[in-house]
Amino acid sequence: MQNTGTLIVKTSVILIFALLLFAPFLFQDVRSLEVAARICIFIVLVASFDLLIGYTGIVSFAHTMFFGFGAYGAAILLKTMGPGWTPVILGALAGVGVSLVFAIAIGLLSLRVKAIFFAMITLAAASVVLVLASQLSQITGGEDGIIYKAPDLFKPATKLLTDADGKVVRLWGVRLNGKLAAYYFVFFCALALFLVMLRFVGSPFGTVLKAIRENEARAEAIGYRVVAYRTAVFCLSATIASLAGTVYAVWLKYTGPDTALSFAIMIDILLMVVIGGMGTMWGAVIGAVLMILAQYYLRDLMGAASEAMTGIPLLPELLAPDRWLFWLGIIFILLVYFFPKGIAGTAMAWGEKA
Amino acid sequence: MSLLSVRNMKTDIGQYAVLHDVSFEVPEGGVFVLLGRNGAGKTTTLRSIIGLWKPSPGSVTFRGEDITALHTADIARKGIAYVPENMGIFGTLTVDENLILATRNGRFDAARLARIHDLFPALAQFRDKQAWSLSGGQKQMLSIARAMIEPRELILIDEPTKGLAPSIVDAMADAFREIAQTTTILLVEQNFAFARALGRDMAVIDDGRVAHAGSMDDFAADTALQDRLLSLSV
Amino acid sequence: MTALTTTLGRAGGVNLLPLAVALIAFVLIGAPSSWVTLTVAGLAMGMMLFLMASGLSLVFGLMDVLNFGHSAFVSFGAFVSASVLAGLGGWLAADSWALNALALAASYLAAILFGLIAGWFFETVIIRPVYRDHLRQILITIGAMIVAEQTILAFWGGTPYSVGRPAFLEGSWIIGDVSIEIYRAFAFALGVAVFVMLYLVLNRTRIGLLIRAGVEDREMVEALGFRVDRLFIGVFMLGSALAALGGAMWAGYETLITPHMGADLMIVVFIVVIIGGLGSIEGTLLGALLVGLMSNYVGFLAPKLALASNMILMVAILLWRPNGLRPAVK
Repeated sequence: MQNTGTLIVKTSVILIFALLLFAPFLFQDVRSLEVAARICIFIVLVASFDLLIGYTGIVSFAHTMFFGFGAYGAAILLKTMGPGWTPVILGALAGVGVSLVFAIAIGLLSLRVKAIFFAMITLAAASVVLVLASQLSQITGGEDGIIYKAPDLFKPATKLLTDADGKVVRLWGVRLNGKLAAYYFVFFCALALFLVMLRFVGSPFGTVLKAIRENEARAEAIGYRVVAYRTAVFCLSATIASLAGTVYAVWLKYTGPDTALSFAIMIDILLMVVIGGMGTMWGAVIGAVLMILAQYYLRDLMGAASEAMTGIPLLPELLAPDRWLFWLGIIFILLVYFFPKGIAGTAMAWGEKA
Repeated sequence: MSLLSVRNMKTDIGQYAVLHDVSFEVPEGGVFVLLGRNGAGKTTTLRSIIGLWKPSPGSVTFRGEDITALHTADIARKGIAYVPENMGIFGTLTVDENLILATRNGRFDAARLARIHDLFPALAQFRDKQAWSLSGGQKQMLSIARAMIEPRELILIDEPTKGLAPSIVDAMADAFREIAQTTTILLVEQNFAFARALGRDMAVIDDGRVAHAGSMDDFAADTALQDRLLSLSV
Repeated sequence: MTALTTTLGRAGGVNLLPLAVALIAFVLIGAPSSWVTLTVAGLAMGMMLFLMASGLSLVFGLMDVLNFGHSAFVSFGAFVSASVLAGLGGWLAADSWALNALALAASYLAAILFGLIAGWFFETVIIRPVYRDHLRQILITIGAMIVAEQTILAFWGGTPYSVGRPAFLEGSWIIGDVSIEIYRAFAFALGVAVFVMLYLVLNRTRIGLLIRAGVEDREMVEALGFRVDRLFIGVFMLGSALAALGGAMWAGYETLITPHMGADLMIVVFIVVIIGGLGSIEGTLLGALLVGLMSNYVGFLAPKLALASNMILMVAILLWRPNGLRPAVK
């Protein structure tokens, strides 16, 4: 079954993970580490979204809501209980618990009706949670969010290894401190969650999901309980998104509507999964990496281009760094028309023909 | 020249090939019956003729004109009416609205309306009732009336007797005989007695192919053939 | 006949819901003058929501197309009309009732015209290639929404844009201790006028008959010889124009607008069509009035729960009727 396209896609993904593994040593500045951690989190978030959109063909706009539950769960407990592992674990559990309640409720309520109802209802639910999060400021910190401390291990001052003088050991010029530990916490959590999902889609359960996506009526006729399967996968996807939220909250040491709940994140996820390629898992990795690199670095480029265009009407406006979503939107539309399988899907299909 | 000819029609629905190779000729006038077991492809054949599904390859020719690629609406405008198995009644519209929708210019031809009301008195009685409240037989009458409200050359009718009481089936047979005096009918039917009473020419579809075609009288006389193609013993 | 009467009774029952909400609110609020003010505000908001939602609902009913970019028409309608009002500042500031009204009418016409053209463009370029493919439909229309919002940002900037209002719509009528904002009464009246027009077109004309039949069974309408896809462009353009008009009226209501207004309103519009049931304008009106009233009452009683209350309303109604209150038969 392996062909050139698939091989290229898988090699790229392994290369990406290798780069992420050595990121602190390869790119030794604060911003790069931020980018690498964000990529790790979004790979998980996008892959878990792909379980829904790519493997079952249902569109949910509530994915950031689950992400937010996980993030706020850890954030609120870290704030009230102080730094430590107990609040992180309890926060993760609380986030997952709330996510599951919501996922089951939404799933049972709307997965049996049309796919489009599901999209609208999840959108409505997510916006209500967003508004509530910014209004219930006693609990959530409102628009300002919550700032708190991570467990002691992740403090930049923590020394993982000390030399004879009691100074932190440097490996290839990188201090082995708490910041590094925090990054590897993010990396390995992301890797583990991704592998769980990869295992899941290869399992018989994943095969059934594909059958449902291909032909719902037929799957129903064969005897699969479509609603039950969909609700189950919706719950799984919500759980993983929630865990990703907890990990991100621990990394950022800040949680607010903009980092954990906003509709902009939902749009990002949607763009990443479509650009990368729906229904492949590998696509989630590629999409997340490309989008986040673009977010961080393309804007600089656009800023330069915009200045170069001064004097021409409207073009500088459209090329302004803040307008990068405009171009992304257009690319997105074109992709959905011409390459609905995204980068990974297209590469793999192309390999099959060759 | 036959009124309608279907040649080498192959129709896929999704990834499933339903029709493999269907060819038959419908002569002008009278009732032409398509027989076949459940799932043989009769409904798909009718839907492919009216353009709701597109055969590929294959062609549908009506009065010598190739209509295969035309839009359903344009095929209908050539003078072909379609009465689907579910009758296609607009339940939220009244009986009269259902009928007027089937006219080209939005006005009834008084003579035709009178003839319909004559054939199906219930449609006159319940003119202003919403169609969902009609009985199954009345809905079937409305569906057929809709195909008669304008002059047509060919009416495709999909299993009109399904689930109807015997007395209504008899009334339906009378109506069909009258319609067939002026309009050709292509009838898909499982009820062999009904088909036999009306049909002049016929074809049997089996597993997406035409398994037999000929005159109804010959087919009715050949019980072995009937058994083989229709499993009428069931 | 009994079946018909019971159904009529049931439909009447559902239609009484806004009244029931209003009565409960009357008891909870206690002060009749506040209640009247809130009710007028709720009705005005409801009618504007109706304008924004009706197109979405009809478009879905007729072609099974759900346009997540529908909110773009609302935003554009608001900004186009606000710009026209700004351009006609002289007329708007003039001490002449007629010139004021003319400026307002021109701004609404501009919004409607824009909606028609944008709707045509949207339908032919964006939606046409993805008929019958819900997943890609959602994705593409979301993409279009992003591009539209960014275009507004590029043209009008991200800072709130202030909207002019003719003098004769400013202020309130004071009747006893009840005060009614004139603009709200005006928005309500205009909304009712549009609804009546739509209702007449749908129920008294041949095009309307075709639309109603098409919502029920598109294939059969085609088999009767009518091009539903061509009819659909018209309905889509009309729906977009109504959304743009709704946006224009909303702009005058809020007097300060941001490029995000469409996306923010979209949630409420979705709740409206889900509650009302997709495909029928009567259902949409019902949903819009319910949401409008509910938002204002709860906004007064428990401000933080305003949006959540609509969500709770939606969930309750879906549990009771999974296809909404008055869906077109599908």
